[in-house]
Order: sequence, then C-alpha cells, then structure tokens
Amino acid sequence: MSELRLVRLIEPDGSASGDDRYALPAPGELLEHYRALVRGRRFNEQASALVRQGRLAVYPSSHGQEACQVAAAAVLRDGDWLFPTYRDSVAAVERGVDPVEVMLLLSGDWHCGYDPMRHHVAPQATPLATQLPHAVGVAHAARLKGEDTVVLALCGDGATSEGDFHEALNFAAVFRAPVVFLVQNNKYAISVPLARQSVASSLAAKGEGYGMPSALVDGNDVAALTAVLGEAVRRAAGGDGPTLMEADTYRMDAHTNADDASRYRDDAEVTEWARRDPLVRLRAHLRAAGVLDDEEERAIAESAEQTAAYLRTGLSADSEPDPAELFAHVYAGPAPHLAAQAELLAAELTAEVHS
Amino acid sequence: MAAPVKSTVDTAMSSVQNLTIGKALNLGLRRAMEADSKVIVMGEDVGKLGGVFRITDGLQKDFGEHRVLDTPLAESGIIGTAVGLAVRGFRPVCEIQFEGFIFPGFDQISSQLAKLHYRTQGKVKVPVVIRVPYGGGIGAVEHHSESPESLFAHTPGLRVVSCSNPVDAYWMLQQAITCDDPVLFFEPKRLYHSGALKAAVDTTATPEPLFASRVLRQGGVDAAATLVTYGPSVKVCLDAATAAAEEGKSLEVIDLRTLSPLDLEPVFESVRRTGRLVAVSEASSESSLTSEIAARVQQECFYSLEAPVLRVTGFDTPYPPSKLEEHFLPDLDRVLHAVDRALAW
Repeated sequence: MSELRLVRLIEPDGSASGDDRYALPAPGELLEHYRALVRGRRFNEQASALVRQGRLAVYPSSHGQEACQVAAAAVLRDGDWLFPTYRDSVAAVERGVDPVEVMLLLSGDWHCGYDPMRHHVAPQATPLATQLPHAVGVAHAARLKGEDTVVLALCGDGATSEGDFHEALNFAAVFRAPVVFLVQNNKYAISVPLARQSVASSLAAKGEGYGMPSALVDGNDVAALTAVLGEAVRRAAGGDGPTLMEADTYRMDAHTNADDASRYRDDAEVTEWARRDPLVRLRAHLRAAGVLDDEEERAIAESAEQTAAYLRTGLSADSEPDPAELFAHVYAGPAPHLAAQAELLAAELTAEVHS
Repeated sequence: MAAPVKSTVDTAMSSVQNLTIGKALNLGLRRAMEADSKVIVMGEDVGKLGGVFRITDGLQKDFGEHRVLDTPLAESGIIGTAVGLAVRGFRPVCEIQFEGFIFPGFDQISSQLAKLHYRTQGKVKVPVVIRVPYGGGIGAVEHHSESPESLFAHTPGLRVVSCSNPVDAYWMLQQAITCDDPVLFFEPKRLYHSGALKAAVDTTATPEPLFASRVLRQGGVDAAATLVTYGPSVKVCLDAATAAAEEGKSLEVIDLRTLSPLDLEPVFESVRRTGRLVAVSEASSESSLTSEIAARVQQECFYSLEAPVLRVTGFDTPYPPSKLEEHFLPDLDRVLHAVDRALAW
C-alpha cells in the first residue's frame, strides 16, 4: 500500500504549494475563511479567559486547529449536518449556533444549550467517538428519505482507537452512507501521543481497510481543507458514499485549562508548530496576493472583538437554571413516577424561601 | 401511547388467531410496519434469515431491504446508527441476538440513547425499540441465558418492558414502537415457541396500556399471598399458584409487564389484602428489580405486612453451564417453598 500524499495548497510561509490535484480557492473565498479564522482564534482566547474568570468550568480549546473548525463549517450546505466533539465549539459557532448557547455545556447551565434539530448540529460529544454511529444513522436516514443531505462527523486522533470509530466507519461503508469523517489529528489525547494510539502509516490510511476513499490533508491549511472536504461532501451528496479525512494539525494549548502540557511535551515542539499556524500562513498569503490590507485587518479584528464581547456579556450574567428542569425532560412521554421526587425538591425550595 | 394500531391487511382473515409468543411478536412487528412507514427493523440476521429465533421471519421479503436491514455484526454500531435514524424521524426496532451480546452496545444505550432527550431539553427524540431475547432454560452455552434487565431499569431515560404471553407480545411490541421514548423490550426466549402458551390473539381488541402491570390470577377474599413477577417467570408463578390451590392455598399472581417505570399500585393493593409477597425473577437478587419491589412494598404496605417480602431469584453468581441451570433458575418448588416460609412467619 502506498502512503497517502499530504494535500497542502498554501505553505507555512504563505506561498502557494502548487498541488497538482486541487486548485487553490479564489482569493475572495480565502478572505472569508481568514475572517472566520480570526473570529475562531478570538473565540478560543475569550473562552479560555472565561474559565479563569470562573464563568466556565473548563474549555477545551481548538487553538491551532481553527482551520479545521472553519473548513468543517464552510463546506456544509443548508440542511447538512455537523457532529462536533467537545473541542469543536468554533465549528458549531461557524455553523450558526449562538456562541453563548454553545458554551452553556461548559458553564454548567445545560448539557446541550442549543437546538440540534434547528441548526443540524448534534450535541457536542464528550465520550470519544460515540457521536460517529449517530452521524452514520443520520446519513443513512437521508438516503432512505431520498435527500442529498451530507453529514460531517468530527473526531480526534484519540477517538480512532475507540470501537465506535471502527463500527461507524464500517457501517458507513457498508451502507454507502453520505458521511464525511474528519479526524483532527492534533497529536495528543490529553497526554498520550499519537504513537501510543496507532502505528498505522497514517490515520487516513485506515480508510483502505473499510473500503472507503481517504485523504491526508494539512490541517493548518484552510485552503487545502476546504478543497478536499468540499470534494468529499460533493461525492457523498452524489451518492458515492463516505470518505475518511485526516487533518494533520496540532493542539497548541493544553487539553483543557485543567491540564499541564509541560509534563508530557517539549516547548520546542510547540514552537515548531507555531511556525505552521493556520492564521499566520493565510494572512501572509492574502497580504502577498494584495487582498488583505491594514484597513481590512482592522475591520476583521473589530468583528472578532464583537463576537468576544457578545460571549463575555452573555456568560457574565449570573444564570440560574430552573430546578424543575431536573425532571422535565427525562422522558418524552409522561413520567408520573418522578412526581414524588419533583414534589420533594419543590417542597425543599419552598422551605428555603421561607426560612 | 396505548392506542391500538390499525390493521391494514388480513381483513378477510378472522381477527382472532391462535399464536405462540414468537408468532405474535412477528405479527405485531408486521402490523407496526404496516401502520407506519418510518418503522425500520435492523440487526444481525434479521433479514433473509428472519432472525435466529425467526421473530422477523418474512418481513424483509414483504417490506424490502430498506426497512429490514441486516447490519454488520456490531451492537454498538446497531444502537448508535439507530439513534441517528431516530433523530431524523425513523422508528428503528433493533434486535439484539441474545441478551449476553447487548454489552458492546451498553454504552450507546446508557450514555447516549437514554440521555439525548434530557441533554437537549426535549428537542431531540429518540424513539428506538431494542428487542432483547432473554432468560435461561434453553440449554445454551454461556452468554445466551442471562437476565440483565435490572441494569436498564436502573437507567433514567429508558423504558423497560417484558411480555409473558402471546396477547401481550402482540400488543406491547406495537405500543413500544409508538412510544416516543427509547424502550428495551425483553422477550422470554424459552417461551417463544411454546405450544402450551399458544393463545387466542384478537387483533381488534383494545389492548391494556403498555406501562401497566396486571393481576393475572385473583386470589379471592381468602388470598394467602401475592406473587409478583415478569417475563419467563410468569409461567412458573402461575403453575405454582395452580399447585398451591390444590393444597387449599389461594395465591394472587401479578405480571409486572413494565419494569421501568414500575407500576406497583396493583401490587400494593394486593399485598394490603394478603399481607405476604414473594417476588420472583431469574435475575440475580442483589441490587435488582426484586430489591426495588421489596423496598417499595415495605414503604407503602408496612402496616399490612404479615411477613417480610421474600425473593426467589437466580443466584448471585454468573449464569451457570447448562447442566446446572435447573439448579440456578427459580422453579415451582422454590416458589412454593418461599410461600410456605411467608405463611409460617
């Protein structure tokens, strides 16, 4: 088996790579992606700050992986579905979910703060790979309904060790389901490096075992990501089944704010990956192409600042979820067997008010 | 939820058919698929073969491969894919081949299926039915005879039911499929093809509600004790009551039918009259449904009890090899012995 050749359209220094398989997207399109990258980076910074301010319990940042986040949202059409993990908040926001609603999972207000049916964005999955079979089910449903809906399912390198990863890919291939699996290989599952997850030549190479096409893409090159993901989405929509994509990227921050990355990786490694930063390279490319000037940069930064301010304001208000919600949604149908416990809580709350 | 499903075929056939539990389940599935084109049957060997117990026999032939889906051999994948199908409005009915094979799917059931509605504040509904042949007494090798129902009854967000006769098999399965919550549907596999249990199923009758237990045998004014049970042990308890009657002891027998939520009002009502309760199940006793029943009955019927609630269950051991299973499973003698102990208290 030949090793997959990495797809890269823009070099870390901003120059065009001249890939013979994919064309570089038009500058106007790339400028839109740059806007989203800056917005995503600012979102990551703001959310991390909100943890330190006590507004969020934790934030698994996608700092360094913003190109994957932006591309995942950008290639989907109206009606398509996104299945994100806990590290994919930026992708959910880019798909149009209210940023504050996305963060309610992490602020402790509710396990999923947005309406998945309205946005076609599944709840962010915490247990690894569990969302992947669901994505296959939604994709298979689209086939049964005769729709051209496509599902994009996100996961990380650690998730590829899970049984659900295998089962989902196998089901998708056997059912020829219109689903694109995007593995963001950010090199670490908390502290455990990729070498302890897999010794395959690449994670993308696993596609061969399932009989599905796969691609290995520079995960910090939004141009390459949108080109290759876009092609996979078109294939899926056209009835040609699933694709496995591996994005070669890097988790610049620790796993979460509660993690200490210095215990398991060297600063030199992080410094090396900073050189390949997705924003830096696209900025250099666009500046050289003459489509990004100082004025435009100021406007982009200002727009990102507005998103950050919206997030700060929305999460700085003290919220108090209704305790009755504890019992309200356990079942779709009536649940009289929970009534006694609900009454107990209500009585306790009444007693507190009067004491 | 308990509305009868309208039949669309067999109008020329009599509405009363004499069926085994297995055939009643098959007919119930057929009716559910006729009534709602969103009902999909999926699992291992459910298509061409009709399932290893033939419960889905003939369905793929009549409804097509899109609605009766032979899946790859992976329980987590089956449940997880069903979740996604349900999100888009389908009503998947998954078959787990034997209860001992449900555990690769346990994470999807307990962490995903059971919680999606809650996590999303009711915005995502996952009406998935998981059919599970369970229980022992068929001389099988390991992992084919267990009773894991308590694990699911312990999980908020799931509904768990078990049928014990052809009439319930026919109706309860259709009702479970129309339920908007995920339902674990436990089927007493050793009774699937029991000719002795064949019963007249009137497909035009009005069914009992799904989430209700039922008194199967009244004890009369001089009832001596109450037996509460479900699934495969119902037959054991009915036989015990018949034997006890020959000795002049009148027993009431209650079939729980719904294991989560439990419907214990009929049990409380009975125990308030009899003062004695024996709970019977093939599952191990520790931290089980019979534990829950004992706790609730002592809470609700404390001043009516003449004896402690006694339990007749499988032992707190792994399910034994088949040559020992007759010693493991609750049988008529063990049930009657417990009744005698309660009466002699």
